[in-house]
Amino acid sequence: MKTHQYPVDLTDEQIEEFGNELEAIRNEVFDSRGDRDRAYILKVIKTQRTMAVSSRFVIYLSLFFIPAWGHALATWPVALTLMGLGVFALGIAKILENMEIAHNVLHAQWDWMKDPEIQSNTWEWDTMSPSDRWMHSHNVVHHTWTNVLEKDLDVGYGIMRVTPMQKWKPAFLLQPIYFILLMLLFEEGVAVHEQAIDDHLKGKNKLKDFTPLLKRIGYKVWRQVAKDYIAWPLAAALVAIPISFYVPFSPLLVFGMVAGANAVANLIRNIWAFTIIFCGHFPAGAHNFTLEQVEGETRGRWYLRQMLGSCNIEGGKLFHILSGNLSHQIEHHLFPDMCSNRYKEVAPRVRALADRYGIPYNSASLFRQFGTTWLNNLRLAFPGGGEPYEGSQSQASHS
Amino acid sequence: MRQPTQPEPGASSSIWSRLSTITDYFAWPLRTSHYLELVNPLWTTHKLQARVVKVWDETKDARTLTLRPGLNWRGHRAGQHVRVGIPADGKHYTRTYTISSPPEREDDCFTITVKAIDKGTISHHIVRNIKVGDYLPIGLPQGDFYLPDAQPIQPLFITAGSGITPAFSMINSLIAQGRLPDTHHVHYAPHEFDVVLGKELKAMDRYNDRYHLHLIYSREGEDPSRNRFSAAQLDALCPDWKDRDVYACGPPSLLEAIEQCMEEAGCIRRLHVERFRAPFTEVPADAVGGRVRFAQSDVETDGDSDTPLLKVAEAAGMNPPHGCRMGICHTCNTTLVSGCVRDLRTGEVLNEAGSIVQTCICAAAGDCELDL
Repeated sequence: MKTHQYPVDLTDEQIEEFGNELEAIRNEVFDSRGDRDRAYILKVIKTQRTMAVSSRFVIYLSLFFIPAWGHALATWPVALTLMGLGVFALGIAKILENMEIAHNVLHAQWDWMKDPEIQSNTWEWDTMSPSDRWMHSHNVVHHTWTNVLEKDLDVGYGIMRVTPMQKWKPAFLLQPIYFILLMLLFEEGVAVHEQAIDDHLKGKNKLKDFTPLLKRIGYKVWRQVAKDYIAWPLAAALVAIPISFYVPFSPLLVFGMVAGANAVANLIRNIWAFTIIFCGHFPAGAHNFTLEQVEGETRGRWYLRQMLGSCNIEGGKLFHILSGNLSHQIEHHLFPDMCSNRYKEVAPRVRALADRYGIPYNSASLFRQFGTTWLNNLRLAFPGGGEPYEGSQSQASHS
Repeated sequence: MRQPTQPEPGASSSIWSRLSTITDYFAWPLRTSHYLELVNPLWTTHKLQARVVKVWDETKDARTLTLRPGLNWRGHRAGQHVRVGIPADGKHYTRTYTISSPPEREDDCFTITVKAIDKGTISHHIVRNIKVGDYLPIGLPQGDFYLPDAQPIQPLFITAGSGITPAFSMINSLIAQGRLPDTHHVHYAPHEFDVVLGKELKAMDRYNDRYHLHLIYSREGEDPSRNRFSAAQLDALCPDWKDRDVYACGPPSLLEAIEQCMEEAGCIRRLHVERFRAPFTEVPADAVGGRVRFAQSDVETDGDSDTPLLKVAEAAGMNPPHGCRMGICHTCNTTLVSGCVRDLRTGEVLNEAGSIVQTCICAAAGDCELDL
């Protein structure tokens, strides 16, 4: 019997069966977690911390090679190459921290270890969004209501039209620009990605209703700025002041170079995180859903929706780690609290299962996934582009 | 779960704590200590760790670990215990062990002696797998089972099995201070080869006139039941036991017998016991729900075997944190204070105090208490 409204040719019973098979995979993996998983995350954390601190010292080291020092190696090419290396390593460290460590720790993927240091409720990450706020908008809202219009704030992030089901309005003409801006300012974008702020822009609430929330975000932003754009540059500049009596360079230049280096590292992380994350649910072939479709959804149907709405990116081992294993977006959405190093193991099994049930499994190269996301963004800036959706009853009466 | 015995910040030196307030701006959102850990795990202030510097097998199933604690350690009193975090199969377990070395030890290390118990996965893990060079998270020394500073008392120690450890530490401490009073010590072990720290005990007995050791092998001899603890046995070994301060540590059955005996003799106030709380609750065979207690809210209600604890809490008028209500987002995570709960998805029973419970998909399996 078929009573559901999902775009697959399966009976209700088949969907439940499919769900049970996924559940079996989940239980099997969860039961086998152990020493090697713990060793993995500890190794990633140690590597990341070592990389973060040493890359900052490489940036400092590069300051000893600016031409003012007058020694044989003191040339701009040497100084900038070293600084570039430091910046690159710092960018990678930040990517590792945000994506493979924090994102997954905050998903409670490592809570089973009961390690008091690696717990979802105490972990704070190296980005402007406070971890507990993000956990709400991401773990609760996005992962429960994945790709459901008017529920999942991640469908277009409130500023973009990512599916023809969203009604067109003239502001979307500018969305290719938003796309680029969000890419460059992804960290800031995530920090203000809040239902309350979105509501405020639509005039649904007053500023004072969520002042405590803004204060919390503000404190986190201040500490992030204080680290990358005050503490590290200032320490270098303070050391440079006495040296500047003997070596003709300005401590201000030193401050600016370190701050600039950190800014570029943050930019690298922003662009990378944006690229990977936008390939998760927006490439061609990803489905979106209406509230009517998910009404009375069972666990089996929830699994089906996660599968239809998520997209994988293909790549090598290092690529998967640097993407925080979000390249296995499908597996991540099916099993959000499974430790990330196991996704590559379950991916072939999930894919085989999808093939058996004739469910599409959207997996392709980064070029294809990001390319279609970008093309989609350009096309949907203009009206049309597919079957529109008029909005659920509640929404229609509201507007 | 936060360890209740976090090293107090600034306890070691206020200059360092002031300096680290500044350096923490560089380390945010971590702390300076997280980066110091990369250099030497013993320098951390965000958690306390100890390095295993020596492992020594006491008997075939008991092992003494010598631990070098981190900089934030403070000295212990003889008889106190310490919480030790042990990773086994990737999971972090916390167990409490008595410090068996005296505080007078000169190398700033301390020892714990662990006996592998029948069902204790963790004690087995310690006895078999912990090796020199491992780092273990530890707490600060705790417990009020220690000798008073004021002299003189005439102690009588009654210990069994690994309950020897606090007594061993106390007696050694008194010997090291050169003020050992007239001491009797009754120790129970199944066989001679089973005596934890046996060689050391016998040596202490030989070299100290005022230390009288009575080793009793409870599974040897023609009638082992006669070797059980009794007032008559005590009369024979240490006739003046009613005038002594009794320090007892061992299995619950022994402690009960001692308490009863002292009660009858009217000298219960001279008895000091150390008991370890069992970290596990027995899983009830016919788990059909039970009494559910929410510790922080001080609410107690009934929960059946297939109603999620989140719903039980809500029915009782509480509003605990929750998100997806289907077990994926972990917003509702809380810790199990005691008792048993069952994961409704897998049927797995959680019965270890301190386990993380997702209230939206766990139901009571017998009585339970949650940290909500």
